[in-house]
Amino acid sequence: MAESLVFIIVSLIKSVVLVSLIMVSVMIGVYLERRILGFIQLRYGPNRCGPYGILQSVADGIKLFCKQDITLPVTEKTIYILAPLIAGVTALFPFVAIPFADKIAPDTITLFGKVFDLTKYSLNRGVIADLPGGVLFILAVSSLSVYGVLLAGWSSDNKYSFLGAMRVASQMLSYELFLGISIMGVLMITGSIRMTEIVEAQKHMWFVVYQPLGFILYMIAGFAEACRTPFDLIECENELGSGFNTEYSSMKFALFYLAEYIHIITISAIAVTLFLGGWQGPWLPSGIWFIIKVACLFIFFIWVRGTYPRVRFDQLMSVGWKYLFPIAMANLIATGICVLFL
Amino acid sequence: MENLKDYIKGVIESLPPESLVSHVEFRDQVTLVVRQVSLLEVLKILKDDFGYKYLIDVTAVDRYEDDPRFEVVYHLWCHERNCLLRVKTWASQGEPPTIPSVVGLWNTANWHERECFDMFGIVFEGHPDLRRILLWEGFDGHPLRKDYPVEGR
Amino acid sequence: MRKEIIKLNVGPQHPSTHGVLRLLVELEGEVVVSCDPDIGYLHRGIEKLMENRTYHRSIPLTERVDYLAGAANSLGYVLAVERLLGISEIPERARYIRVIVAELTRIASHLFWLATHGHDLGAMTPLFYALRDREIIMDFFETWAGKRLFPNMFRVGGVARDFPDGLEQEIKKFALELPQRMRDYETLLTKNPIWINRTKGVGVLTKEEVLDYGLSGPMARGSGLNFDIRRVDPYLGYDEFEFVVPLGENGDTYDRYLIRLEEMRQSCNIILQAVDRLPKGDIMIEDYQVAFPPKDKVINGEYLIPHYLLVVKGFKAPKGEIFHHTEAPKGELGFYIVSDGSEHPYRVKIRTPSFVNLQVISKLAKGRLLSDLIALIGTIDIVLADVDR
Repeated sequence: MAESLVFIIVSLIKSVVLVSLIMVSVMIGVYLERRILGFIQLRYGPNRCGPYGILQSVADGIKLFCKQDITLPVTEKTIYILAPLIAGVTALFPFVAIPFADKIAPDTITLFGKVFDLTKYSLNRGVIADLPGGVLFILAVSSLSVYGVLLAGWSSDNKYSFLGAMRVASQMLSYELFLGISIMGVLMITGSIRMTEIVEAQKHMWFVVYQPLGFILYMIAGFAEACRTPFDLIECENELGSGFNTEYSSMKFALFYLAEYIHIITISAIAVTLFLGGWQGPWLPSGIWFIIKVACLFIFFIWVRGTYPRVRFDQLMSVGWKYLFPIAMANLIATGICVLFL
Repeated sequence: MENLKDYIKGVIESLPPESLVSHVEFRDQVTLVVRQVSLLEVLKILKDDFGYKYLIDVTAVDRYEDDPRFEVVYHLWCHERNCLLRVKTWASQGEPPTIPSVVGLWNTANWHERECFDMFGIVFEGHPDLRRILLWEGFDGHPLRKDYPVEGR
Repeated sequence: MRKEIIKLNVGPQHPSTHGVLRLLVELEGEVVVSCDPDIGYLHRGIEKLMENRTYHRSIPLTERVDYLAGAANSLGYVLAVERLLGISEIPERARYIRVIVAELTRIASHLFWLATHGHDLGAMTPLFYALRDREIIMDFFETWAGKRLFPNMFRVGGVARDFPDGLEQEIKKFALELPQRMRDYETLLTKNPIWINRTKGVGVLTKEEVLDYGLSGPMARGSGLNFDIRRVDPYLGYDEFEFVVPLGENGDTYDRYLIRLEEMRQSCNIILQAVDRLPKGDIMIEDYQVAFPPKDKVINGEYLIPHYLLVVKGFKAPKGEIFHHTEAPKGELGFYIVSDGSEHPYRVKIRTPSFVNLQVISKLAKGRLLSDLIALIGTIDIVLADVDR
């Protein structure tokens, strides 16, 4: 009884800390994106709020909080209101299984004269829940995020939003598949789908060395999954006028906005865990390494946004199914053969 | 320049004589004034036989108080010889004034004629889709007519 | 399976319709079944206004026809009026200044096109690069005329103000630098596979279709039709400048993109030649019946009276009609002026390139995707003020 209470409390603390960390990093991420895009595009970016404009995200957040929340007289009101919540919450889900640091607590603690073993359920490690099927869990919940966007676009009673929603449905369908296949190679090499074990297995060499193709494919699929340039078809302001979130305002919009950036962080975090050695690295504490790696990938996302135009909807689909999917399959088979005979 | 003049002279000579009312030259630009009945025929000859394949513009001029009132002006360009030709005719008398449409010869005439209809109220017979183009449906009057007031409508 | 057609109203408030264009689009899935442009939201009745103004007072109005290339429009108008009056020679310096300004305007317009076209297709960065360079041109205009978008310095018989000291060298420096900077833009787009996929094979026009739809400018040259009015019907002595008229082969959006980029380089080329040859001297003809006397002489009664008459009453143009076309950045800009011998034109028709070029969109968009429609609006390079007048 007491043991499960400790488990709940520790997990809760970890979750709260993690969620607030993610929120802060989203804020930093938005600021970084605007500053780096500004740097790429020869302009300043935000530089008025606070030193170097670092408080810009706070200002934006306050502004969005204070905005009038316009609820449209849509037919499916429940779904219309629920959709941003779904988008925001599902974006956070995968973090449950992502190990963000090594040990963060001693193996045992003594509470009220009783010794609790924290190694059970990996409570002392930097992961909320070290699920035995971590990768599967991540794959499963990350595809849930499509519902937020889909329902939002569908319930908005707006043709542009509707088109955006239709796009996201087909986009997810084609990219979720080879996203899964592209990381199978890693699982084969490790022989486990527990996230912590995958990280441990990269102690000597990152998997990106063994699985360069897998990494590239994962990143492409990740861009599509996070709906970022060049795959930001669902919102593309130039065609659909922001697509699915056109009809949302105030905090509902903020949730979508938040979800988009959380998504980028999630994709980067998964990539770091599976291919770039997770929290492992010399000299610095493990959590710091994790943050640095995720930040690098995040900046890569921004860099791509400043460089590429947007692909066309049908081209995205055909590239996904005709080229990337077979390549991912070939990569999977080749890895299988290597694992079997070497 | 002389070559061009000869060319246009040749053009005028080969047109059916009954179709041509007159031709005017002003600042090196030739205007052919043709009868309305032979407008399509003349334009077709110009397009097919003399290389005036590019219809630059269709517009109208309101000769208020004259009868017939509306001049319709076609500007043609020959890409091979790089020369301009203006063909002019009148819309029929009466209200609304009418004239055959040249959309069958050039698709580009579509919007030009719609604009003329919008601004002058000239009806182009045989136009596939004669609607107002710049002003909205239900607009009263045709603003480029000379009897349309500039202000204080 | 039941198929339903979605009627989509693209515009008049839409981020990539470049103004107040409204497209009534019927979609089947994302495929455009029909596309009907609805224009006229920016109709200001410039033609009607011009009928009631003197010839000089219309010059500022014409600049507002295509607000991204203001000087190119007033140039066309001024040349048409000069032809109507029979003025064939203007002072050399004025002529070269006109050429330089016209080409700078062309570059500015094309840069803005590059910015918006890129942004329509999702490439955000070229927008800022191109607008930076456009800003330099705007600064030139500001130095010269005090105004940025509409210099309003062309007059019948010359230009109103000479270039200030040192501006020629600045322009020369810019014309030398721009082609190098454009290499940066090209690294972002020209060989980018996504850009190529988005633009190649989109909006293909054959030569016959170009003639049929009366297209001009880069829209015509993209399909290989060698039609540049600066070459085929030279004005302002363009025949003495060396420049290449770039032609496309496939007539698609990509070719038109390459052509406009090349035109910017050629414009730089023309500017360099014009700056080098720019002579010293007058900038206005001395026929004070039609041209304004120089400002410093107006205190003298000999000049004051004609100046006064010109401002208050204007000049009388001979009876007749004239069509003059120039190569505006977006295509053929024609002014058809009918004069009845009075101080006001009897009728002015402005044949704007955007109006004619836009018409082809319903044909090009049919059977393409909604995303292609956006690319097509960009490649036609319209300005809605130019369409509606």
